[in-house]
Amino acid sequence: MITARGLVQTFHTGRGKNAREVRAVDGVDLDVAEGEVVGFLGPNGAGKTTTLRMLTTLLRPTAGTATVAGYDVVAESVQVRRSIGYVSQVGSTFSGAYAGDEVVDHGMLYGMARVEAVRRGQELFEQLQLDGLWKRMPKNMSGGQKRRLDVVMGLIHDPSLVFLDEPTTGLDPQARANLWDHIEGLRSRLGATVFLTTHYLDEADALADRILIIDQGTIVASDTADNLKAQVSGDLVVLEVSADQVTRAAERLGSIADGVETDGRRVSGRVQRAGRAVPGLLRDLESAGVELDSIEVLRPTLDDVFLTLTGRSLRDAESTPTTEEVSA
Amino acid sequence: MTFVRESNVVFRRQIRMNLRNPAWVLIGIMQPVLYLVLFGPLLKPLVSSFDTGSDNAYTFLVPGLLVQLGMFGAFFAGFGLIGEWREGVIEAERVTPASRSALLVGRLMRDVIQLLVQALILVALGYAMGMRGDAAGIALGIVITLVVGGACAAASNALALTTKSEDVMAPIINIVMMPILLLSGILLPMTLGPEWLQSLSDFMPFKWIVDAVRDSFAGSFGTSSVLWGTVWAVVLAALGTWWGTATFRKENA
Ligand SMILES: Nc1ncnc2c1ncn2[C@@H]1O[C@H](COP(=O)(O)OP(=O)(O)OP(=O)(O)O)[C@@H](O)[C@H]1O
Ligand SMILES: [Mg+2]
Repeated sequence: MITARGLVQTFHTGRGKNAREVRAVDGVDLDVAEGEVVGFLGPNGAGKTTTLRMLTTLLRPTAGTATVAGYDVVAESVQVRRSIGYVSQVGSTFSGAYAGDEVVDHGMLYGMARVEAVRRGQELFEQLQLDGLWKRMPKNMSGGQKRRLDVVMGLIHDPSLVFLDEPTTGLDPQARANLWDHIEGLRSRLGATVFLTTHYLDEADALADRILIIDQGTIVASDTADNLKAQVSGDLVVLEVSADQVTRAAERLGSIADGVETDGRRVSGRVQRAGRAVPGLLRDLESAGVELDSIEVLRPTLDDVFLTLTGRSLRDAESTPTTEEVSA
Repeated sequence: MTFVRESNVVFRRQIRMNLRNPAWVLIGIMQPVLYLVLFGPLLKPLVSSFDTGSDNAYTFLVPGLLVQLGMFGAFFAGFGLIGEWREGVIEAERVTPASRSALLVGRLMRDVIQLLVQALILVALGYAMGMRGDAAGIALGIVITLVVGGACAAASNALALTTKSEDVMAPIINIVMMPILLLSGILLPMTLGPEWLQSLSDFMPFKWIVDAVRDSFAGSFGTSSVLWGTVWAVVLAALGTWWGTATFRKENA
């Protein structure tokens, strides 16, 4: 459904002495099969949106090729546009127009008849819990409502390939779960292919068959969530003890764990198959006279995966792409 | 035909938003109306000394104001586009299979319709104040104004999508507007000026257009001004639409 080879996008910013060439996307290869739900993950500035804008024909690649739904994004851009739906990260509706009107007009630009666009639009409003907001202006909507309106815009014409750029940003947990169901439904009911970017690890975990991780403009991993997590050595075991027992607790944990760290009254370390090791650890701690306030076992998260792959935490890493000075 | 259909979708969306905020149509026409009411009387004793077919101050002034309205109003049309771009509307439209030209043409249709309404108000008001003219000529004058207005609106939309910033666009428009205003003989005929100023104004397409509308209002269709003014209006319209479409087509806009 999507194939990209060596996609590059360079932006030019600044003038004169400050001129910089920003390689926002630096040679991305990716393949997405029909019916697949792929999560596109990476820190701020990693190049997710830029990649999506190239795949949706909004930005002409500086180098490289991509075919989407069987069409070349440069030479056959109109056919690509006809085949896809896109929910952009920054919104898609005018603040002073009625939500329903914006949706219907958008559908009509895809060639839908007015009645058809109205029917489909109202159906989507209901499914995404926007009932009663048809005649509301986006400027009078909450952030989460506006976000769901953007999703309606992207899905109005029932595309079989959908690009969603951080669709759940700003949604409350209930609305997020509802949108997850909807995205699941796109695949199970319509056989649609979904390519979505997100910062939420649990989201990629819950929705995606496969996860692509991008950092500084290049893909650093592509696998299922489980396989990615398997690369992280062990589960995180976190102990909380009283201050005077921290050293002893760290010593005991160290006998079965790697990379033991202490932080105030917390002691943590990575333990292989923690489920089996913990009972022994508890006995060990008890016989050493350590009294536990709490113990936590955390399965590896995608944040851990990112840390293992890049040496930086997903949450902290603000990805700064390679910039080159350009002679003016 | 899909192009017409798509332009229509864009046009109706724009008109709907304009109608929701009709104040803009009136604000746009305030300036020429003020000129008409406050500057017209000053012209009355002078107009007989102008070397322009008519000695009616309003028959002289209204055509100039009409062209000014067409230029000014249309030049500012692009500002709305920047707002839409900022909210992601342009990108949302560009991701649909709709023709890029249709996205522009739909907006130009809005600008031209709005200009037509304003032009009719201005002419009616001028008539009430004593303007007299040839009916067919007035109609032709309005048509020329609409063509020029469409050209300016296209240029303004192109400029908006190129600069993407009101702060950059406003000074550019000011720099462009000043010589146009001064060298087009909108408020006073260029023939009053010295030789060098007149020759300079011969290079200003808008002077020919103003003269064309003026002659046409007076019912003299055969003059060289009408010919050159019409030619210039068409040329500007062609250039404007070409520039506008090129910007909307550009892949990286
Ligand atoms: N139009 C532009 N001009 C210059 N630089 C740009 C432009 N668009 C993006 N960039 C830069 O390219 C890099 C990648 O941006 P991009 O928007 O693709 O990141 P992202 O992965 O979507 O991040 P986020 O999670 O914050 O949405 C960033 O460093 C950004 O500053
Ligand atoms: Mg982004």
